[in-house]
Amino acid sequence: MLELIWLVPALPLAGFLTLVAFGRRLGEPLAGWLATAAAGGSFIATVLVFIGLLGEDGHSRQFQQVLFDWIPLGSLKVEAGFLVDPLSITMALFITGVGSLIHLYSIGYMHGDEKFSKFFIYLNLFLFSMLMLVFGNNLIITFLGWEGVGACSYLLISFWHTRESAAVAGKKAFVTNRVGDWGFMVGTFLLWTTIGTVTYAEIGPAAHALTSTTGTAVSLLFLVAAAGKSAQLPLYVWLPDAMEGPTPVSALIHAATMVTSGVYLLVRLNPVLTDDALTVVAIIGAATALFAALSAVAQHDIKKVLAYSTVSQLGYMFLAIGSGAYVAAIFHVITHAFFKALLFLGSGSVIHGMHDEQDMRKMGALRALMPITAGTFIVGWLAIAGVPPFSGFWSKDEILLAAWEKSPVLWVVGLVTALLTAYYMSRQVFLVFFGEARWSEEGDHPVHPHESPWTMWVPLAVLAVAAVAGGAMNLPLVADWLVLEHFLEPVFEHGHLHHFTSSTGTKVGLAVVSVVAGLIGISFAAGAWLLRKISTNKLEPEFLENAMYVDAAYAKVVGGPGQKGFDMFAAFDSNVVDGAVNGAGRVVQMVGRFIQPAQSGYMRQYAIGIALGGLALVIWLLTGVV
Amino acid sequence: MTMFASSATSSMPILTWLILLPAVGAALIAILPKSMPGLHRQLGVLFSGGAAGLSIYVATQFDTHSSGFQFETIQEWIPTLGISWHVGVDGISLWLVVLTGLIFPIVLAGIDPHGDEKSYTAWMLMLQAGSFGAFLALDLFMFFVFFEIVLVPMYMLISGWGYADRKYAATKFFLYTMFGSALMLVAMLTLVSLSAGDGGLTFDLVALAERQALGVNTARWLFLAFAFAFAIKVPVAPIHTWLPDAHTQAPTGGSVILAAVMLKLGTYGLLRFGLYLFPEASVHFAPLLVTVGVIGIIYGAIVATVQGDLKRLVAYSSVAHMGFIVLGTFAFTTQGISGSVLQMVNHGVSTGALFILVGMLYERRKTRAIDELSGIQKAAPIFAAVFTVSMLSSVGLPGLNGFAGEFLILIGSFETRRWWTVVAAAGVILAALYLLWAYQRVFHGEPTDADLETPEMRGSEALLMLPFIAAMVFLGVYPQPLLERIEPSVDALVTHLEEHTDYERPEDVVIVPSDEPDSSDEHVDESESEEEDH
Repeated sequence: MLELIWLVPALPLAGFLTLVAFGRRLGEPLAGWLATAAAGGSFIATVLVFIGLLGEDGHSRQFQQVLFDWIPLGSLKVEAGFLVDPLSITMALFITGVGSLIHLYSIGYMHGDEKFSKFFIYLNLFLFSMLMLVFGNNLIITFLGWEGVGACSYLLISFWHTRESAAVAGKKAFVTNRVGDWGFMVGTFLLWTTIGTVTYAEIGPAAHALTSTTGTAVSLLFLVAAAGKSAQLPLYVWLPDAMEGPTPVSALIHAATMVTSGVYLLVRLNPVLTDDALTVVAIIGAATALFAALSAVAQHDIKKVLAYSTVSQLGYMFLAIGSGAYVAAIFHVITHAFFKALLFLGSGSVIHGMHDEQDMRKMGALRALMPITAGTFIVGWLAIAGVPPFSGFWSKDEILLAAWEKSPVLWVVGLVTALLTAYYMSRQVFLVFFGEARWSEEGDHPVHPHESPWTMWVPLAVLAVAAVAGGAMNLPLVADWLVLEHFLEPVFEHGHLHHFTSSTGTKVGLAVVSVVAGLIGISFAAGAWLLRKISTNKLEPEFLENAMYVDAAYAKVVGGPGQKGFDMFAAFDSNVVDGAVNGAGRVVQMVGRFIQPAQSGYMRQYAIGIALGGLALVIWLLTGVV
Repeated sequence: MTMFASSATSSMPILTWLILLPAVGAALIAILPKSMPGLHRQLGVLFSGGAAGLSIYVATQFDTHSSGFQFETIQEWIPTLGISWHVGVDGISLWLVVLTGLIFPIVLAGIDPHGDEKSYTAWMLMLQAGSFGAFLALDLFMFFVFFEIVLVPMYMLISGWGYADRKYAATKFFLYTMFGSALMLVAMLTLVSLSAGDGGLTFDLVALAERQALGVNTARWLFLAFAFAFAIKVPVAPIHTWLPDAHTQAPTGGSVILAAVMLKLGTYGLLRFGLYLFPEASVHFAPLLVTVGVIGIIYGAIVATVQGDLKRLVAYSSVAHMGFIVLGTFAFTTQGISGSVLQMVNHGVSTGALFILVGMLYERRKTRAIDELSGIQKAAPIFAAVFTVSMLSSVGLPGLNGFAGEFLILIGSFETRRWWTVVAAAGVILAALYLLWAYQRVFHGEPTDADLETPEMRGSEALLMLPFIAAMVFLGVYPQPLLERIEPSVDALVTHLEEHTDYERPEDVVIVPSDEPDSSDEHVDESESEEEDH
């Protein structure tokens, strides 16, 4: 069944092409159903390939399918090929699974939008690109998917393009990501010139030929790429703005799948990563996790909280990679996909029910009116807050353990982040679903909150189950329960997978500390935002609401000196470079005027002269030759 | 026509026909009366389309295993001076010939010149004939003649069918190029007279390139003269300012041909009459040319970003794109040069498409000023979609045509010109910036009433764009048919460089795989002791 791999990306591609041709005629809701069927079919195909892979023996679980040579030139060999191994199939399972659910959800969410079918065109194209990214058997096919998801992200963020902010956010996302792409490309070049291959199956065995300097350089270049796509410091700025896109897009692309491609890329390249580079990865991850968690604390927009939370959680994943705990990183990618997609879709359901209101200060007490949304959102909250036995607890705990073994400082940063996470997520839940209603069914802006249609709440329910039980795939303490770790292990054959060395006592102790931290965060939020026992006056500082003004500073530099510099180049071009040309022309003209009084029509005569001469040459040539 | 019959006995001189067919068409149209509306353009499409058919036939019959010139024809022309009618095609010129073949009938059929169709069509056909001649000529004199001939129709097209400032732009274009040509002519005559051996004078490119009879310093000076003429044509910064004016003022059809075909005479010339004819000088001056190429990439992109006129923006993007081609050419690796050859075709497709789209926008709104347009996507979503695909192709999105060429250029250049390539790769960021920013301002945002009345793309216009979009996707997904024909000739050219200079291409890297999953031998290097396991 491994041979079916081509079907996995082919189905969404077929959906995309069909919708390009017939999308308008199909209209709502058929276009949505067709796209959902393509995504669902892709999920089934992935499951079949997965079963096929399980049939193979542990360490030979690697299957390549080459369709054709894409860019073959001399010693450079770039195939259009797929690599099925535990890592790619793990990624694909949740991508197609969560992706299908979000397709289904979108049928309800995009109801009535005049560009309904276009939305699904983009969504299917995105799914195709994402699958190329993870299944590519070489860096260049991955790059194809990498740029493809970037383009889809651009198209979907600026989906409601008459809104200026959406248009700007789309462009910003693409251009910022291109900074990362620069790292991807130069990293690829350096790798190829050093070890002569871009194919994953060959990179591992050849990685030993990299010197530590080159290895570090390659690693850091790919870190630039990953930081762009996965919104790490200092390139994270596009992700909060990306919330301008429709909410299913935020869930699928900007939480569950695309933004984790940076994590995938680094894990895929684990044989290349050097210790020095890993330390940098860990520091960037930890810094991003803390920075974004602090920023999330003071947001008022329901989606902005989740956006900063995503940046922060991605920071956790980078911290895991930096600690060598690749399995923990992937584990968290998966559980995060479940609970964050759930939270985003839940927020979408709230926005939908509140008639496009996104400000949490105008919400409250929605629990009774939207019971399914509230119930599933609470599950997502408990999962991300690290409350056992929800999935987030297990994956986050593993990351904190790895950070502890790398350096206690990193662990402390991770722990503070965990406390903040529990706090800001509790604040959100209390502000939205509990307390008094800060909206009214009458007045200037009457709101009639209501539960969403089944196409929207079914995905919520399924994701809630996954968010509860997802932790079961990799439970600590008993070796046999580390299902994910055992499954992924062959991927790290040529790298250094970190194996935990701490005693059981330490492990349990750290887990207890992190649970306590989470509970402190929740309790504090409850005191402030639910029971209103703690004054909330100073809990939303402007400094944090503006994410420490990092983005504003960028905008100032780009819009100020940056723009001025570009304008100076253009002025230089037209005044100095072209001015010199025109000046020289004028001098020649003056000399010409001096020599020859007949100056008007000078060029025309010259041109005609050349034309006649040319024609004469042609005639001469015709008679003389052949 | 009888005069051709005699020579067609052994094999049909198909390349000669390729040059003659549009020339005959031009002559025929020139003698037809003006009072036959429609006929001129139909004939134009017929003749240029016939040439397109021939060019495709050449591509299909092309031997992919041969690196030398194919379909060669040599006829003595002026034996006393060693001038002959020598035409041939190899992997470096093949796709430029096909591009020249295909783009003219498309432009003639699909783009309305708005006035005097008869002369317009005749000049276009003459331009096609001249371009074929320049790409196929293997005799220096012949090349020079064709290189000059193409200026005239282009001058006429700009000054006759262009926009408000057309006279200024056409004159600037003409004088600029003539200046370079004059240098080239002197250099060419010097080369030929100095290379004369026992066999007398020869203008034959292959003979001159193989003979390499000049002293090092002389060859370097002559190379500079040739390179300067070609650099104007490319154009490389800072001798590029004729281009934005010519492009902006030229009629849409003229802009498309200018970008797709005429700029390539410069980059093609650098390969054929630079690297091949003057290998030592090429190697000697490579750092200079690579530098100006990279400057062009960054400089063109920066200036493009702040242009207020959409057509000027596309024109400056050409400066940046052509910079990549110069970089790849002087990287001297098979990947780099092949990428450059491929990118010449890609640039023709992407930039050609963008010029057509800007032309369509101008027809609708009578303006190209970015700040006078807004929210067009709302009124014309299909038009916007076609623009988006063309834009992404120009930006170098993998899966579309721009990527394969750019990628090969960069990876090939990285081997020999590492730091230049690191800077050049940053040009990819800027490309996204200038195009997406322009797109955001023109197509996104809140449309005004005037914007809302912008007509959607018509069926005939969609038909015109179809071959461009098809080419973008095909070349992006499956460039192999092109690459396998390009590679042997490029490889031979690199070998030619190695034979005549002390340049050596980088060796292929072959790493013996370590099957040891053990990490102790990972990252062997100067500091093994640091490589402790966790």
